[in-house]
Amino acid sequence: MEQTKYLVVGSSHAALEAVTAIRMHDTEGSLTLLTRDTHLPYSPTVLPYVVSGRSPADSIFLRDEEFFEANRVAYKRGSALKALHAERNTAELADGSEIAYEKILLATGAAPAIPPIPGLDQVTYHVLRTLDDATKLNAAIKQSKHAVVLGAGLVGMHAAENLVKAGASVTIVEMAKQLTDGYFDATAAQMIEKAFTDNGATILTGSRVVKLAPSAIGALLTLENGTTLEADLLLVATGVKPNMDYLEGQGEGVEHERGILVSDTMQTNVANVWAAGDCAQAKGFYTEDKVMNAILPDATEQGRIAGMAMAGDPGVKAYPGGVPLNTYHFFGRHAISVGSSRVPEGGEVVTRFDEVSGRYLKAIFKDDRLLGIYGVNEFFDGGVMCQLILRRVDLSAVKERFLADPLTVGRELMSRIWR
Amino acid sequence: MGKSYNTIAFDSAKCDGCGDCMTACATTKTGTDDKTRSRIQIVGSEADGFELALCRQCGDPKCVTVCPAGALTKNFDSGVIDWSDTKCVDCLLCTVGCAYAGIALDAGTGHVAKCDTCEGAPACVPACPHDALTYITTSRIYNEVGDWEDLFAPGLAGCQGCNTELLMRHTLRRVGPETVLATPPGCVPGMGSVGFNGTTGTKIPVFHPLLTNTAAMLAGVKRQYKRVGRDVTALAIAGDGGASDVGFQSLSGAAERNEQILFMVVDNEGYMNTGMQRSSCTPYGAWTSTTPIGQGTGGMPSQGKTQDAKNLPLIMVNHRCEYVATASTAYMEDLYDKLDKAIAASKRGFAYLHVYSPCTTGWRFPTDQNMEVARKAVETNFVMLWEYNPTDGLHFTHSADEPLPVTEYLKAMGRFRHLSPDQISHIQGKVVENLAFVKQMAHREN
Ligand SMILES: Cc1cc2nc3c(=O)[nH]c(=O)nc-3n(C[C@H](O)[C@H](O)[C@H](O)COP(=O)(O)OP(=O)(O)OC[C@H]3O[C@@H](n4cnc5c(N)ncnc54)[C@H](O)[C@@H]3O)c2cc1C
Ligand code: SF4
Repeated sequence: MEQTKYLVVGSSHAALEAVTAIRMHDTEGSLTLLTRDTHLPYSPTVLPYVVSGRSPADSIFLRDEEFFEANRVAYKRGSALKALHAERNTAELADGSEIAYEKILLATGAAPAIPPIPGLDQVTYHVLRTLDDATKLNAAIKQSKHAVVLGAGLVGMHAAENLVKAGASVTIVEMAKQLTDGYFDATAAQMIEKAFTDNGATILTGSRVVKLAPSAIGALLTLENGTTLEADLLLVATGVKPNMDYLEGQGEGVEHERGILVSDTMQTNVANVWAAGDCAQAKGFYTEDKVMNAILPDATEQGRIAGMAMAGDPGVKAYPGGVPLNTYHFFGRHAISVGSSRVPEGGEVVTRFDEVSGRYLKAIFKDDRLLGIYGVNEFFDGGVMCQLILRRVDLSAVKERFLADPLTVGRELMSRIWR
Repeated sequence: MGKSYNTIAFDSAKCDGCGDCMTACATTKTGTDDKTRSRIQIVGSEADGFELALCRQCGDPKCVTVCPAGALTKNFDSGVIDWSDTKCVDCLLCTVGCAYAGIALDAGTGHVAKCDTCEGAPACVPACPHDALTYITTSRIYNEVGDWEDLFAPGLAGCQGCNTELLMRHTLRRVGPETVLATPPGCVPGMGSVGFNGTTGTKIPVFHPLLTNTAAMLAGVKRQYKRVGRDVTALAIAGDGGASDVGFQSLSGAAERNEQILFMVVDNEGYMNTGMQRSSCTPYGAWTSTTPIGQGTGGMPSQGKTQDAKNLPLIMVNHRCEYVATASTAYMEDLYDKLDKAIAASKRGFAYLHVYSPCTTGWRFPTDQNMEVARKAVETNFVMLWEYNPTDGLHFTHSADEPLPVTEYLKAMGRFRHLSPDQISHIQGKVVENLAFVKQMAHREN
């Protein structure tokens, strides 16, 4: 049986950071990177740009063979983890073979969640999570005249914009009352919605597709209110679910709820098993409860911590808890959100909106500590804001100036506090 | 061996917020004078002091790890984090990753922008009218020196944070294996460089002369090597006590005979190895175990040393040696430059290097403050960096104009803690007098 000291499953952000962290501390221990993807490592986040054609599919890779060779990493692609046998430290692959590990990291990320709508399995639809999905969608977009996007999260919105720009008539159907729910507030969502409708898209929020059936051009969708839509291109972007099928049927094994439950050093309840990234459910920053924080910066952070812990690096620091961070570009504008959108009891919300410039800022404080900050067309350093939140910096002395100019005041604070 | 890189350093104490650096950056990088588009950002105010937001070219950069497009890469040759305009997709995730505001949106282009050090010639640095920005190129030394063999044994027993150990390891690396080392009683042999139990603490021949005869013995050894036709560098590393007090007659004699040796004095301003007694190089007012602070006798309170230090390097200039220089480990490039010249000069005649070496134990400062103390000594003109050779005379290698007040140096350590205002003004007066004296020599020699 193949043996390896470290087995890292997945080849995206969490996995790659873990590899770097392991190699920083242990340059020799055998390391295998296993992924079901057939390509070199890439980021799902770049895929909208592959869809639009801006990024050529062969220029998005984050590592090359040379990297793996130089770092003595065995890169096994096109081979999926089928079952984890933690009780005997082995991983069973899709082809039936097994790998014995000393330590394993599950960094298998997430996959599109497909809603249980009757008839969806009868029609052809697209999703966007892998490079192959993106290449297919890129080809389809060029042909499309009537496109429907299910789900107005960032993935759906990105694709919708690409479709609009490619000249299709586009309808976005979203169950929630607003676009980008959970990322941006109602005011920001309004601005995003306006940009889309100004560019000819149709937006149906608070709507639900109840039935699908094949049609001459592709699919016929029936909405809750009885109206129908026809689509020659259907994109399902209604959310994601962690990849953790390989834990099925393991009896008393790795604990998981919405994701794989991990400690502050990304360790699961089972010896020698760690998890990080979109498949992990770790402590939140604002709550002790374990949350899903499926974003890229958190995947890298968790991957780094897991790798350090696995290699026994004494420099490993406990995970501070997930802070939501999002950046979003739409029709030449940008929106940034850092931190929590929830206003706790005794919290304070300050907003500022300039109709003329379209600049919008919203900040949430509690006890003069920043909890979250949102901006549309208002640039501030997200990384600096995140530190202000994580360090719970007292802003009472500078609050007014901070709200007037978060960019400059944030930098001032940064250069004094953690320079 | 890791690699070291050049870097832009900022001294907020010198910055007055004029913004010339930002204008220079904006002009170079954007062709406009719009400071908001500069990649170096000065923030803060007159009242609270000015600070800097600039890419730190991190060794383990967060922006690179969060970039989904592979648009950012650490360039291991230049140390700079490179940004690729063709790969970037303008997602701004890097700005969320960086905790230092080192990469930010340039509203003029709609893309992110960051400092690329202008390919090793940063436009901001010469634009600063107050020298608050410097481009530190010392990395060259570390990259080169890192590959040379450390000729001292590992695990010498110097105090934690010892500047002398740093200095001697650098020196021997540069001087190289074809060397005979003489090191009289003092911290250098005391920490084990002459060895224990019949093994040496160096990987070259080393001997331990008396305090009184170092230069004489070394001159003899060098002559014998010459006689048998072998070219070696005869190097002495001696303390200030060994050189300026009891060892002075043999030092002066060897210099007068122009013996072909390189004599390095590690000046920690006292006999630190034997319990911190005063030497003739101990400065006025300093506490040592033989110039204590206390009630004193006969109604005369004891307030540290009552005499001024002897200026040994200037005395050596008056021997018209092949080469004489002062140096400091806080100015490594300067030190290496002088080492090169001293080695070359020692092949012709007597070369003398006087290196100021702060002593954490004897001077009473925290062990991590070595460089800061060494730098402050130079910045206040308490120590001046210059060199001399008979052809070109004496000249400064580091500007002595616009010094900081000497208190900036004095307050950095405990041995001056007791000073009265009168004593401080005496020391400040001496600094001014010394500068005038060296300047006069520089003038005359030129
Ligand atoms: C279109 C799109 C846009 C996005 N935009 C943003 C954004 O703007 N900002 C942001 O923060 N985040 C964004 N995200 C989310 C972000 O990409 C993820 O949070 C991040 O990629 C998570 O990294 P990960 O390593 O945990 O998992 P993934 O990136 O999901 O990688 C999982 C890896 O595991 C492999 N794998 C899965 N199952 C198995 C198995 N059984 N055996 C072997 N290998 C397996 C996969 O092939 C893949 O290599 C976006 C995602 C998408 C899809
Ligand atoms: S803005 Fe460009 S450089 Fe920055 S993370 Fe996005 S793709 Fe990378």
